[in-house]
Amino acid sequence: MKNLAKYIVTRLLLTIPMVFILLSIVFIVLRVMPGDPVSSLLGGHAPEHVIEQKREALGLNRPLAVQYVNYLWQICRLDFGESMVFKQRVSKAILEKLPATVELTLCGMLITLFLGVFLGAYAADKRRTARDYGIRLYGIVVYCIPVYWMGLMLQLIFGIWLDILPIAGRTGPRVFASTFEKTGFYILDTILIRDFSALLDILQHLILPSVTLGLVLSGIFVRLTRTNMLDVLRADYIVAAEARGIRHRVIVYKHALKNAFIPILTMMGLQFALLMAGAVLTETTFSWPGMGRLLLERIYLRDYPTIQGIIIVIALFVALVSLVVDIIYAIIDPRVRY
Amino acid sequence: MEIEHLSVHFPINIGTVRAVDDVNWELRQGEVMGLVGESGCGKSTLGFSILRLLRPPGKIVQGRILYKGRDIVRMPEREILELRGKRIAMIFQDPLTSLNPLFRIDQHFIETLLAHEKGLTRKDAYRRAEEMLESLGISPEKLTEYPHQLSGGMRQRIMIGLGLILGPDLLIADEPTTALDVIVEAQFLDLLADLQKRYHLTIILITHNLGNVAQLADRITVMYGGSIAEVGEAGDIFENPLHPYTQGLLASIPNIKLDQPKLKTMPGSPPDLVDPPQGCVFHPRCPHAMEVCRVKKPGLVKRNGRLISCWLYG
Ligand SMILES: Nc1ncnc2c1ncn2[C@@H]1O[C@H](COP(=O)(O)OP(=O)(O)O)[C@@H](O)[C@H]1O
Ligand SMILES: [Mg+2]
Repeated sequence: MKNLAKYIVTRLLLTIPMVFILLSIVFIVLRVMPGDPVSSLLGGHAPEHVIEQKREALGLNRPLAVQYVNYLWQICRLDFGESMVFKQRVSKAILEKLPATVELTLCGMLITLFLGVFLGAYAADKRRTARDYGIRLYGIVVYCIPVYWMGLMLQLIFGIWLDILPIAGRTGPRVFASTFEKTGFYILDTILIRDFSALLDILQHLILPSVTLGLVLSGIFVRLTRTNMLDVLRADYIVAAEARGIRHRVIVYKHALKNAFIPILTMMGLQFALLMAGAVLTETTFSWPGMGRLLLERIYLRDYPTIQGIIIVIALFVALVSLVVDIIYAIIDPRVRY
Repeated sequence: MEIEHLSVHFPINIGTVRAVDDVNWELRQGEVMGLVGESGCGKSTLGFSILRLLRPPGKIVQGRILYKGRDIVRMPEREILELRGKRIAMIFQDPLTSLNPLFRIDQHFIETLLAHEKGLTRKDAYRRAEEMLESLGISPEKLTEYPHQLSGGMRQRIMIGLGLILGPDLLIADEPTTALDVIVEAQFLDLLADLQKRYHLTIILITHNLGNVAQLADRITVMYGGSIAEVGEAGDIFENPLHPYTQGLLASIPNIKLDQPKLKTMPGSPPDLVDPPQGCVFHPRCPHAMEVCRVKKPGLVKRNGRLISCWLYG
């Protein structure tokens, strides 16, 4: 346990240089890109001296190196600064949108995991049957489908044709914003105030975006689970368990799956960044008011501090998930020592 | 237990492996039967067939396996599940890999007990596991450990405990000591002999090590190329092997007591079971091969109180 704590601290310390490298890249790319916050503020036709004035006010006229060091120093004090386009603290803008993204990505991840792992395990158990081929085909197809196309199709089918699910936003018109004052995580908030009709509304809105996200990534997990399960099902302890008269289903879904799950977990940690990327696209498709949409919006406006802030938060979130994954790994596998 | 005309095939892309070919075999209650032969001759396949545990693509293509009058080959799945572990137990070559690495030892025992004995509480199951470990000379504290924390010999004893926890009457041990070092191996064989008396077990001891069977077996079955070459009392077989293959096998083991001038190795290699030789499978390596051996497969005949499949004996 002491080792685990030490491991966690080490991992957390290691994320600091990672974030700084990422941040430096973003900082440079943003400034190399054509356009800046001033032109989005004033439009293309403002007089020269007005533009200069604004640049000075935002500190953009100073040498790049000075801007960079100033920004790093600011981040070291855990200050994300002020938006360059709106009168708004960056931290406030992000905190407003963070819960929506966390809710979406965690639900997407759960769907991916359940769907991918279950289908993969089932396919491995029924290998070389029609069902196995069907599931493998599914895995390849969903892997190839772009997120936004999948989103549009689901919107079309469930939102328009069948008309059973909402296709945009986090809530319907009847749910009031004051419902969500506690945490900003809508599911949590509605449960805290025991407003179950609002909870139902929230969940209905969550279904299509998270299913879109979950379906697209489940393909990887179908394949990974199936391959691992085939290996594990050949292991001696599987035959040994069969020889003791343990039921087949227990062997496949308890003995084999638990073993096959270890590499799947590792993959989960690695794929989480991909999931975040998918979330940006999903949020756009479903008008989901999360960090992904905020990021896209602010990239158009070249709002440097907000973009940088969002990148930091996403990077920390990815690092956190991969740490949690590692801890779960250690709990499942008694052989792991840190 | 009786086996009649059992054939097991593995269809693979280059043809069909005839791993067990028309085998007739009989086990007596309470005996230790040594099953020997070079590796690849079908010993494990025969053992696995008895529990219907053949890995795909293996399939029993003909024959019957009669256990207490019931045919295992045609038994419904539900009944075979009950047979496995409860009536017939099996332990394997590699104790390192025969235990699930993610489960504690007690979880293995409890799961096995609860799968077969409805209404048993976890607590009672744990108690039973403790008793079993004690009777094997293992400290019950090992129950809370994971497989990787135990030594090879310990794990093989745990495997035997798992095999015996439900009180089976037949134990199939497939090369149980191959992965163990010599001292642990000797201890394990002693334990096996002791357990056999205590629980009145019938044991099939599969091995390619003739020393093991010499120590334990009442009778010996020699297999070659998917068929049975010779079956007899252990002492008889060692003193007077009749089948040319058995003779070759015995001549090839080092013996420190007899001052053997040189070890004889058998010429040739085991047969290709996809395309086995015509007639007797052993004839290409047999020093006494005759015309008839090349064309017709010999049946098992009784000779001097043993069964033998060789044209030298009619
Ligand atoms: N899963 C399998 N697929 C194809 N052939 C197999 C398989 N298992 C065993 N065999 C073949 O069956 C024959 C007998 O194997 P086995 O019973 O393991 O021999 P032994 O236990 O005597 O060493 C061998 O020729 C082997 O190649
Ligand atoms: Mg074998």
